[in-house]
Amino acid sequence: MARRDYSPFGPDAQRAVESGLTAAEWYHTEVPRKVMKELMQRSDQPAIRDTIILYGGMILLAGIGIALWPSWWSAPFWLAYGVLYGSASDSRWHECGHGTAFRTPWMNNLVYEIASFMIMRNSATWRWSHARHHSETYFVGRDPEIAVMRPPELAKLILNFFGIIDVIRFFPTLIRNAIGGPTAEERTFVPQSEWGKVQRVAIVHLSIYVATIGLALWQGSILPLMVVGLPRMYGAWHHVMTGLLQHGGLADNVVDHRLNSRTVYMNPISRFIYWNMNYHVEHHMFPMVPYHALPRLHEVIKNDLPPPNRSIAEAFAEMWPAIKRQVLNEDYFLKRDLPPTAKPYREDFHQYVPSMTRPAAAE
Amino acid sequence: MPWIDACATDDIEEEDLIRFDHGSQTFAVYHSPEGEFYATEGLCTHENVHLCDGLVMGHLVECPKHNGQFDYRTGEAMRPPVCVNLKTFPVKVEGGRVFIEVA
Ligand code: FES
Repeated sequence: MARRDYSPFGPDAQRAVESGLTAAEWYHTEVPRKVMKELMQRSDQPAIRDTIILYGGMILLAGIGIALWPSWWSAPFWLAYGVLYGSASDSRWHECGHGTAFRTPWMNNLVYEIASFMIMRNSATWRWSHARHHSETYFVGRDPEIAVMRPPELAKLILNFFGIIDVIRFFPTLIRNAIGGPTAEERTFVPQSEWGKVQRVAIVHLSIYVATIGLALWQGSILPLMVVGLPRMYGAWHHVMTGLLQHGGLADNVVDHRLNSRTVYMNPISRFIYWNMNYHVEHHMFPMVPYHALPRLHEVIKNDLPPPNRSIAEAFAEMWPAIKRQVLNEDYFLKRDLPPTAKPYREDFHQYVPSMTRPAAAE
Repeated sequence: MPWIDACATDDIEEEDLIRFDHGSQTFAVYHSPEGEFYATEGLCTHENVHLCDGLVMGHLVECPKHNGQFDYRTGEAMRPPVCVNLKTFPVKVEGGRVFIEVA
């Protein structure tokens, strides 16, 4: 069996389109319209509260870090600041990109732009990549946001806990975007009308980095980079940890989010940082439901979903061995069990397109 | 152009929408917070998803797939990833029924 080719121009991408996989309809749990309407309702209040806590916390922690600099006593404050900058920005980028965090559009857009800068994503490009991630979740060659490509490169996954791979990829793309707009690959999912915006955003981001590096050189200190830029590395671990759990070790090329996504119960601090995206099957099935209503959605549909992992540790204990097995056997994946109350997986969903199916190696 | 009987006025709650199929065409029929009725084509212009599972907020309808938004009164695309406007159709209310003028 040929190895998976994740290029948008490769044979897997072509086969996904030709076989009809990309046009297939995803499975949804039935939820009465009245209940769903109530769950979809938007509100500014929870996100305003959380944003005040987030940005207030960042200002406080960075302020203490600067005051104690260069003493090692500043380290814990930087570590905490880093997680808010380099990890909480991922979930803010995500929720505000969907436009569901706040009811008021300008609030979503403002937090989205700030979060995009902090997480080192071009706000114009990534809006479109994420739309594709939702339409074609874990379709090889089509989904530009596959965190664990098979066979997994464990060293890269581990390096990315410190943001190393992301940052190494980010800056060359940023410079190319600033000079010439989206790359050829990005043009496969960003509509032409947005190419100018991609370039403008890249110029703004690049200017801020140049100014920060200039200030650091002028002061002869890395302190400015401790505040802007470096926390994307030293604080990335939490969003990488939670991000890997979203789909890691599960099926690809299927049209049922119960098979390719993972819901994990998490502690309240991780849920604040991750903005409830631990309810990931629920989010993919119903992206209209805002983060603050996901626990309620979970209660409504949990009888139709695989049992959630009960903690981050338990989820890692399940996922990491599967990822390690995929190093030698990229066709291996974890097939999720369903409770007796759930609608069964449609096998034709699971093996939707015969030409896409690889030898079943699930357990 | 023919006027087609789509539904009763009380088939749609205020600030909500329903799907209405006619022949090979599918429509979305809206009931605004002011009690007015509107109709657009039923599929999102981004990826052909039925808007009937979406959310009406004021005069906006949000697509259930990627949260793109349209002003359903004019069909104008208001929020990415939608870029192409929705077609709209004239609506009249008579005798408690909502009629759409189908092109
Ligand atoms: S299908 Fe409607 S926004 Fe994408």
